[in-house]
Amino acid sequence: MDELLSVKNLKKYFPGPKRLLGGIKHHVRAVDDISFHIRPGETLGLVGESGCGKSTIGRLLLRLISPTAGSIFFRGDRIHTLNRRAMRPYRKHLQIIFQDPYSSLNPRMMVKDIIGEGLKRTTRISAIERRERVLDIMEKVGLRPEQYSRYPHEFSGGQRQRICIARAIVMNPALVVADEPVSALDVSIQAQVINLLERLREELNLSYLFISHDLSVVEHISDRIAVMYLGKIVEMADRNQLYNDPQHPYTIALLSALPLPQVGRKKKRIILHGDIPSPLNPPSGCRFHTRCSRATGICRDSEPELKEGDTGHFIACHGN
Amino acid sequence: MDNILDIQDLHTFFYTPEGTAKAVNGVSLSLKPGEILGLVGESGCGKSVTNLSVLRLISDPPGKIVSGKISLDGQDLLQLPKRDMRKIRGDRISMIFQEPMISLNPAYTIGNQLMEALLTHRKISRAEAVNRVVEMLQMVEIPSAEKRLKDYPHHLSGGMRQRVMIAEAMLLRPQVLLADEPTTALDVTIQAQVLELMYKLTEEFDTAIILVTHNLGIVAESAQRVAVMYTGRVIEEAPVKDLFESPRHPYTNGLLRSVPVPDQNRPAGREPLYEIEGIVPNLFDLPSGCSFHPRCSRIKDICRHEQPPEVEVGTNHMARCWLYA
Amino acid sequence: MFMRKIYKNKLGLAGFIVILAFAMLALAAPWVSTHDPLKADVMNWKAPPSMDHFFGTDEYGRDIFSRVIHGTRISMYISFLSVLIATFFGVSIGAISGFYGGWIDNIIMRFMDAVMSFPAILLAIGIMAVMGGSIYNVTIALGFVYIPRFARIIRGSALSLRQKEFVEASLALGSSDFTIIFRHILPNCMAPLIVQITLSLAYAILAETGLSFLGLGAPPPAPSWGNILSDARNLMLDAPWMTVFPGIAITMCVLGFNLLGDALRDILDPRLK
Repeated sequence: MDELLSVKNLKKYFPGPKRLLGGIKHHVRAVDDISFHIRPGETLGLVGESGCGKSTIGRLLLRLISPTAGSIFFRGDRIHTLNRRAMRPYRKHLQIIFQDPYSSLNPRMMVKDIIGEGLKRTTRISAIERRERVLDIMEKVGLRPEQYSRYPHEFSGGQRQRICIARAIVMNPALVVADEPVSALDVSIQAQVINLLERLREELNLSYLFISHDLSVVEHISDRIAVMYLGKIVEMADRNQLYNDPQHPYTIALLSALPLPQVGRKKKRIILHGDIPSPLNPPSGCRFHTRCSRATGICRDSEPELKEGDTGHFIACHGN
Repeated sequence: MDNILDIQDLHTFFYTPEGTAKAVNGVSLSLKPGEILGLVGESGCGKSVTNLSVLRLISDPPGKIVSGKISLDGQDLLQLPKRDMRKIRGDRISMIFQEPMISLNPAYTIGNQLMEALLTHRKISRAEAVNRVVEMLQMVEIPSAEKRLKDYPHHLSGGMRQRVMIAEAMLLRPQVLLADEPTTALDVTIQAQVLELMYKLTEEFDTAIILVTHNLGIVAESAQRVAVMYTGRVIEEAPVKDLFESPRHPYTNGLLRSVPVPDQNRPAGREPLYEIEGIVPNLFDLPSGCSFHPRCSRIKDICRHEQPPEVEVGTNHMARCWLYA
Repeated sequence: MFMRKIYKNKLGLAGFIVILAFAMLALAAPWVSTHDPLKADVMNWKAPPSMDHFFGTDEYGRDIFSRVIHGTRISMYISFLSVLIATFFGVSIGAISGFYGGWIDNIIMRFMDAVMSFPAILLAIGIMAVMGGSIYNVTIALGFVYIPRFARIIRGSALSLRQKEFVEASLALGSSDFTIIFRHILPNCMAPLIVQITLSLAYAILAETGLSFLGLGAPPPAPSWGNILSDARNLMLDAPWMTVFPGIAITMCVLGFNLLGDALRDILDPRLK
């Protein structure tokens, strides 16, 4: 079996605003019928703009929230139906790193307790062994031993993100969901954290689901990339395939809108008009048709399926 | 004297219980009419404080513009009485902030807010003001602008709010626009829209922009000149092409190399990104000499002890570094 | 760190010293007082302050100084214990309500709203009228009345803390609800809680005085501050020392708690850091 984690027809609807008397009018279709898989040691990048449901997917994989429909398999075991107790053995294999390095650390806990919390919870190792393990991980992520007993407010944003990474990898997970892990960091610190994540992946044979809105970062770190728009995957392909030969009009527009730190390589920029529609009431048919320059009648009426074009290159567009 | 805005040796300090933070420590910048100057740097480098100082919007206490000269078309803004300064804000110099929700008052309709901006500075009739506001909203591509006048900010999407902000900022056809991370809170496709609009309008009105951002890509694509700031000082300034193609300061060089750039011809194996070691120093506890020296890969002995001077390293290309002195 | 900050805040420091003094006075009451607070001495009734009776005597000749000192003990006892009760139940209810949310939260908080909709002192009077006057009943009544305030504060904090990513990270580690409430939520509620505790101590002192004054508090002849005032109310012009001295004690004590509470609010407010 070469799939570490696979997701089939995953859906998550959140209740929308309630009407005055009973009944919910619309559901927010945050994640709407999504399938993908992640292989061991692989990084799957998930890009999309705000409200496309990419963070919801991360939380669904970890069962921090429960799916409305669809299935999630981890190493072939179905984990989407497990209750909290039954889910517990899987916890250590699935970990998460968040965007905001401030709200993701408990300000009243010391670094040693933050990193050691999971060990304490799931293993029976002694306090001395735990200390060893925590110090070992701290070194791995580039924290100094004398920071063992410090509180989060004594650290900068980048260092806090290192603590978050340490908390995730101390459990020796197989898959780490990295939800915009560098978006809140300064440019020079971003590179440090990205390199750290890369290095850890090699050393510990991790897989990542790397969620980001920043295409440059995703391109750098991912093996394969899935592009999302309003709860759907519109295109999924190998990294190079996606960047060299994007097929979906949305992917093409995203790539062209990306500002690059190079002068004189002016490319033709495609400006998408209009705003991102609300996931509360997504457009009919292809959800992108309201902003698509190539939209035709069929796009308004029927929803395109995600189909494989070239090997491993999936596109959901009637134009293909 | 063809500069529209001239900042000379600006010092803005913040006095706090922990000590004095020299947020802006001797910054000199100039701006020609219609020019876009990119002001780049990481958090705490003083780029936003520089912008706020130009409008004298530094809250005092704890902040204070200690010394320097900021002249708009030859007139020193720091010497102006408060009343005259108010007349300049929003009229000859205007500003766009990162978070449109903070700068638009949620209690008033957008029509009301735009009208107010117009009527405080211009003696025109209400009907005329409505016309100009509608015209402006159309210019920023707000669909059915007349109906939108009655909308409250929360009715609008993020991108639309930022477009309304631009409309408000450009309403009086300012000579200088200070844009502080104008698109950081926006999605990539919306960011492209908003930037395009901003350039279109400023070109039309011949407005000069100081574009404060941490995004090197935006600067590369839009600015004519770039100034890089680090711990309150401009450490390199050059025409955009020179800066991106031959950065001289090790910090600029490091920043440019640390950003991932999608490369179509890149082989499958991955190269790690270039890393600038260490962290941005605390403003209360700056390193001696060149404040970048603990992170610098090309450090010389003198860097530890003495502040580097500004060095002319090319035509209009300045770097504050001992490597060239 | 904390002591240094409170030392910098002069008013807070003053409050802290006043409270400390009252607390020590309460502990040392039998040794500090000069007379038996209950012993009547008809020969010396309504005596003005003198070297023998610092604060004078009341209409039964009891020494006001000793009664005020012993009253400190009763007032402190009632206020600390009632606030302890309110804190314990309020924090538990608030944490459960805020953490679980949904219908649990709805039921609990509507009940709390119902309790809060009565003026605190009226509710306490009602409870005392049913249970009868005793020091324990006053404590329980006041404790009950203050539960909703604590529950509200903790619930509010818990609601927002529950959304924090560090809670999600802990869930991802397989933590139980118990762990999350005790390790991640409650420690982060300490600042508003401590402030509420200090301010409630002041309210409780006032409330106890009020109840005793109305004859619904500690039963006479127990020397609570309210009782002393109650005994004195007909003789205010005749023997003003009977009202002035316990009045000063009450004012000082309440002021002390309030100053301390305000100072703590400033010190612990994370926005000011």
